[in-house]
Amino acid sequence: MNCLAILAIYRFEMSRFFRTLLQSFISPVISTSLYFVVFGAAIGSRINEVEGVSYGAFIVPGLIMLSVMTQSISNASFGIYFPKFIGTVYELLSAPVTFFEIVLGYVGAAATKALFIGVVILGTAALFVDLSIQHPLAMVAFLLLTCLSFALLGFIIGIWAKSFEQLQLVPLLIVTPLVFLGGSFYSVSMLPPVWQTITLFNPVLYLISGFRWAFFGMADVPVGLSLLAIGVFTALCMGVIWWIFRTGWRIRS
Amino acid sequence: MAMVEVRDVRKVYDGGFEALGGVTLDIDEGEILALLGPNGAGKTTLISAICGITTLTGGTIRVGGHDIVEGFRAARNLIGLVPQEITLEPFEKVINTVRFSRGLFGKPRNEALIEDILRKLSLWDKKDSPIRALSGGMKRRVLIAKALSHEPRVLFLDEPTAGVDVELRRDMWAVVEGLKRDGVTIILTTHYIEEAEAIADRIGVINKGEILLVEEKTSLMTRMGQKELRVELVHPLDAVPPALDGFDLKVEQAGRVLSYAYDAAAERTGIGRLMAALAEAGLSVRDVQTVQNSLEDIFVGLVAAQDADQETAA
Repeated sequence: MNCLAILAIYRFEMSRFFRTLLQSFISPVISTSLYFVVFGAAIGSRINEVEGVSYGAFIVPGLIMLSVMTQSISNASFGIYFPKFIGTVYELLSAPVTFFEIVLGYVGAAATKALFIGVVILGTAALFVDLSIQHPLAMVAFLLLTCLSFALLGFIIGIWAKSFEQLQLVPLLIVTPLVFLGGSFYSVSMLPPVWQTITLFNPVLYLISGFRWAFFGMADVPVGLSLLAIGVFTALCMGVIWWIFRTGWRIRS
Repeated sequence: MAMVEVRDVRKVYDGGFEALGGVTLDIDEGEILALLGPNGAGKTTLISAICGITTLTGGTIRVGGHDIVEGFRAARNLIGLVPQEITLEPFEKVINTVRFSRGLFGKPRNEALIEDILRKLSLWDKKDSPIRALSGGMKRRVLIAKALSHEPRVLFLDEPTAGVDVELRRDMWAVVEGLKRDGVTIILTTHYIEEAEAIADRIGVINKGEILLVEEKTSLMTRMGQKELRVELVHPLDAVPPALDGFDLKVEQAGRVLSYAYDAAAERTGIGRLMAALAEAGLSVRDVQTVQNSLEDIFVGLVAAQDADQETAA
């Protein structure tokens, strides 16, 4: 294993992040605050409680997940798309590294950035509402797995994309709707029965539900199912990446 | 054993274009090989194939004895590549991109070495500049610095001097000479033929995905190097006088110059006889000069011959 290479990629990617640290820090703080003002104060004052949890607190796990997922995807997809776009990918292809090492470097960095933003949002949220975390270990595990699996998905998107438009397409058209419809801001039990069934086909629901369970001990679906879902999703992404690197699809002509 | 062994390498791109049609080539350790060829001849494809950027359709390549597929780590560890296009991360600092390259090749940090490379390429005072702030020539230096950062034993320079000023050329050839002294094998593609003539040990000519010739530069020049004797006359001629018929002379510049092609390596060049015949024909000679056939003429001749062959075959 070429650990120095993984570290080099990781460092190089993180330096992009540190160059724009202030932006990386401020934008999640502001957007979280906005969500709290709109959903927490304006709407939340009419909802009061969801299954014994104040609405303001109830939306925190969903809020974190929303940002972590989109950030993981955009960081990882941009991270690998940009070298393809400007041509520096030649260096990765001619270096003594395996595809696995390249993935570790890029996905590791993207997941780290997303994790950082998740923590910032958690911190910001703690300023607005009283938060209790009933299962801290599970919370960390869900957070890490989500960062990782969505960074893997982002990496695939970055390899697949042939233009900046395509790069935005999947996050915008698929991920954001899935996250919003996956119970970020509501409990599935608040939906009419038909929609409850339909929502069960949304994979993001399982992640948010599991994550919320780690905070408040209540879930829309059993926690085991949530873990299984994220496990399957991660495995699926890894499978696709393995196939990409075996065939050199859209990277090596 | 050759440092780089290319055996019957074929590359057909998606869409059916055959960029390399069975190339076989040995590159010895420590030599400078210049690959000459017109645009689209397959120079960059050959380099990309050796470096692992392009997959092979057929054939094998070994670098330092390691197969580039099965032993890709060992093979690629030996290789440094300076690509033709300027491709750099625009927002990153010069020194960080060079450090990145070293790390990517699995080498531990070595700040002294990186400083030395940057100084040799006159980049040291720019080390903290973001790359987008550099001029084109400076960017090319950064590409070279990156390729050297992991101390390669084989260096590929793909058109390194395209659009580069005199100063950088001089710096670069100084670096290349230093590398050669350290025993680094250097493969250079160019279509500046003077460049190949000046620094290469061997010359390879590639056209339409085929190697037409690989030969020591000096022997190539003597073997194929025709010389030309140019005789300037005091009084212009309309035609070659009958007394000079046996010499295959060309009349140039409205009869002012007679040109005589001969083989400098031959035992009898015929110059003595020609001079005597000129005197006998009563022509007054103003001046005499000889012109060495350049590598460029050889190159153009070879490529044109292949093109003509293919046309007759088709």
